[in-house]
Amino acid sequence: MDFLTPDLTPAYPEIFLLVMVCVVMLTDLIVGERRRYLAFFLAQLTLIGCAILTLTTFSSEANYTFSGMFIDDAMSDILKLMVYATVAAVLIYSRIYIGVRGMFRGEFFSLALFATLGMMVMISASHFLTLYLGLELLSLSLYAMVALQRDSTVATEAAMKFFILGALASGFLLYGMSMVYGATGSLHTSKVAEIIQSGTIDHAVLIIGLVFIVAGIGFKLYAAPFHMWAPDVYQGAPTAVTLFVGSAPNLASFGFVMRLLIDGLGELVADWQGMLVILAVASMVIGNLVAIAQTNIKRMLAYSTISHMGFVLFGFIAAGENGYSSSLFYVAAYVLMTLGAFGIIMMLSREGFESENISDFKGLNQRSPWLALIMMLLMLSMAGIPPMIGFYAKLAVLQAVLGVGYIWLTVVAVMLSLIGAFYYLRIIKLMYFDAPEIDKPISTGMDIKVLISINGLAVIMLGIFPQTLMGLSLYAIQQ
Amino acid sequence: MLFGFPLLSLVIWLPIIVGLIVLAIGSDRNPLLARWLSLVGSIFGFIVALPLYMRFDPSLSTMQFIENHVWFERLNVHYHLGIDGISMPLILLNCFITPLIVIAGWEVIRQRVSQYLGAFLIMSGIVNGVFASLDAVLFYTFWEASLIPMFIIIGVWGGPNRVYAAIKFFLYTLLGSLLMLIALIYLYYASNGSFSILDYHQLPLAMTPQILIFVAFLLAFAVKVPMWPVHTWLPDAHVEAPTGGSVVLAAILLKLGGYGFLRFSLPIAPDASLYLADLMILLSLIAVVYIGLVALMQQDMKKLIAYSSVSHMGFVTLGFFLLNDLGIEGAMVQMISHGFISGAMFLCVGVLYDRLHSRQIADYGGVINKMPIFAAFFMVFAMANAGLPGTSGFVGEFMVIMGTIKVNFWYAFFAAMTLILGASYTLWMYKRVVFGAVANVNVETLEDISKREFMLLAILAFAVLWLGIYPFPLTEIMQATVGNLLEHMTHSKL
Repeated sequence: MDFLTPDLTPAYPEIFLLVMVCVVMLTDLIVGERRRYLAFFLAQLTLIGCAILTLTTFSSEANYTFSGMFIDDAMSDILKLMVYATVAAVLIYSRIYIGVRGMFRGEFFSLALFATLGMMVMISASHFLTLYLGLELLSLSLYAMVALQRDSTVATEAAMKFFILGALASGFLLYGMSMVYGATGSLHTSKVAEIIQSGTIDHAVLIIGLVFIVAGIGFKLYAAPFHMWAPDVYQGAPTAVTLFVGSAPNLASFGFVMRLLIDGLGELVADWQGMLVILAVASMVIGNLVAIAQTNIKRMLAYSTISHMGFVLFGFIAAGENGYSSSLFYVAAYVLMTLGAFGIIMMLSREGFESENISDFKGLNQRSPWLALIMMLLMLSMAGIPPMIGFYAKLAVLQAVLGVGYIWLTVVAVMLSLIGAFYYLRIIKLMYFDAPEIDKPISTGMDIKVLISINGLAVIMLGIFPQTLMGLSLYAIQQ
Repeated sequence: MLFGFPLLSLVIWLPIIVGLIVLAIGSDRNPLLARWLSLVGSIFGFIVALPLYMRFDPSLSTMQFIENHVWFERLNVHYHLGIDGISMPLILLNCFITPLIVIAGWEVIRQRVSQYLGAFLIMSGIVNGVFASLDAVLFYTFWEASLIPMFIIIGVWGGPNRVYAAIKFFLYTLLGSLLMLIALIYLYYASNGSFSILDYHQLPLAMTPQILIFVAFLLAFAVKVPMWPVHTWLPDAHVEAPTGGSVVLAAILLKLGGYGFLRFSLPIAPDASLYLADLMILLSLIAVVYIGLVALMQQDMKKLIAYSSVSHMGFVTLGFFLLNDLGIEGAMVQMISHGFISGAMFLCVGVLYDRLHSRQIADYGGVINKMPIFAAFFMVFAMANAGLPGTSGFVGEFMVIMGTIKVNFWYAFFAAMTLILGASYTLWMYKRVVFGAVANVNVETLEDISKREFMLLAILAFAVLWLGIYPFPLTEIMQATVGNLLEHMTHSKL
């Protein structure tokens, strides 16, 4: 057998990132305490470099490499660009927060970059094993990041929970994949799809495999009843890590579901549709109802994420171009909102003070009207009130689901989002209607201020002009 | 159209932009700047709306001042604006009320002035947007967005129980509108991918979907109007809101519901409207009579006026579902007139509240001895609220009652009870507050209204009397549109 060097062009961004991670690690070993910021700049440079590489290799056609295990198409490029932007924003938001907590080290940045690499592999995988590889690379980096604050017991506990449940989910996923392999004899997503389509294989084995795969996906998408880890991890992890866990990986999870469920098992749509309906409704019910009872804002946002993921699943249920693109639109909108919300939580935290309770938002309007306004826009967006982007995301998803005739699903969804509106309004109430408990002005860096302003304005401007992002999502799916 | 100039966009966006500027530059250190800027901005907002009236062709029943651009292609949503004889008077009313709100809060609001004024200006623009939208998504966007400033206004500058009232207001209205959203998406598919409201008017629909759509719209609009039995948020919101908030709520926001019936429910689901008309009339009569009785029992002036608002708005929905021209035109006149009268009544209570910080009727008595000019104005508005001929309150009620007699005598009988009930609760309150000997030491300290308050009430008194004596300009505008609507409804969509 000849050994052919594979065409590496489609994987340039990944290779570049891998090299740069090593550079970041080595630099951090060499430079002293005072030049730690080098790692930060290098990480940002890496992301910019990746973005440039992705843009230069951008093509609307699908390019395969590594014997068809790796795919580079419009969707992967667009998702990757979103991931770079998200990770870059996370790092900027985290800068001061991790600085005062002694986490501003090379490990944080190299783990973040490794996780980014994992996401990129997930997004670009066209083979079940590549998918699994990417997922594990992401997950292991995240476990380590959650546990980065060694002396914090809550963080360690959260990391343990995250690890055990994550490993369980990976096990489910692998088991499901092996069943599919047993039934079809292939692990290439496109071949699996072909073989299922031919209709010559045992349906029962496939369905059992599918159940395990959907369960695994449920873990990754925070879908109830597989959501248990999310609130604990959100609460226990340092806020910077929570932001990381709660933002970019969702984009990767979207890619993951697209590759696995739609590209690979798309023929079984009638089978997984029903399962996703249950997951989506359960997520919305649990997410929205339990969020009301929370007093910890990170925990509340975890439950809010669970309910948002119900909406993302709606897009998959609707299936077709329309459904998937609205799902992608929703994920992108969600990531934008999460970034802002956790960014503000980190700004409220100071050295030795962790802003965690929703009561920390009391009277924010008097301390900083601008921040309060941005937080209000973010909360209204999450509640799905126009003209914020969250509304148009919900509109697109509901439109898609109603298009395939699920009227009762949409009614359930809007009724639950009414309940959801209550806990978002409570944050606005605290910021605007209550008097502040702390009178200290909020001190933060200029870059963070600029970024949070852009983020807040994006939530309303992309809402007023949703065409760009909607068109981009549609383009990503259509190719 | 004025040289193809996007006049409606200007009417919508001018107040919003001025509001944003006020928000941006205003700080508590320099409230005067925020006040003057808002006043100038809101007056300009009214001036730019005037050409809508002057250049309006009342003989046309179609949409005028149309602007139509693609907003986002993906869902075929358009930035589609236009007005007819139904929406134009409401836009003018809104632009007219906004400067009055700014003046009303001039000395009273001392905390976070720029946020207060900015919220009102932004809301004014948003409400214009609701009345002018001809695209369902655009309409829904403005409709929901109007909740945000009002929520903040009630919650920040409201009374002691403001948080409860603000959240109740928000969730109640959101509940109604979410089902409307589903109905709109349903219509999007039924019309093969269009969000144009005018397309929906022509869309044939079977009876079951029509009824479901009607019910979904009903929830949204009934909460806003508000109709019995979903009116309970209104007294809370009114009592807790600052004076300006109450005025906008009663004068403008309630009209959104009434407008919705005319723009959506009747033309989109005409057969369901006919089928359910008796139910709607029944609900309206309950509002008129029962809520009128409830108003009689109130100890709190603002609550009394709030219930009287529900009762008067019952007249509006009654008029709509008579489905004849007198009823609908009368209801429209009633909406505009209620905008002036209820606004004025809340301002009068605000005048008293600013002085004694009480809204309880029992805390007053003999106010006329100390505030004769105020008592005279209050008298005019109280009489108008009671529906005295010569005031605007009479015209609408009389037209609706005339329309009702054509349909059913007993409907008219109960509807006419409002003349007795309205007079009872309004005048009884007036008597207890204004007449008699000076009741206590607090009333003894009262001073008569300032020039600012005089100007405010005089403008409104003029509007109330003018509309009462010469309502023709108003009815003329809407005649063609209402005729067209009724003609449209005679064709079954089944």
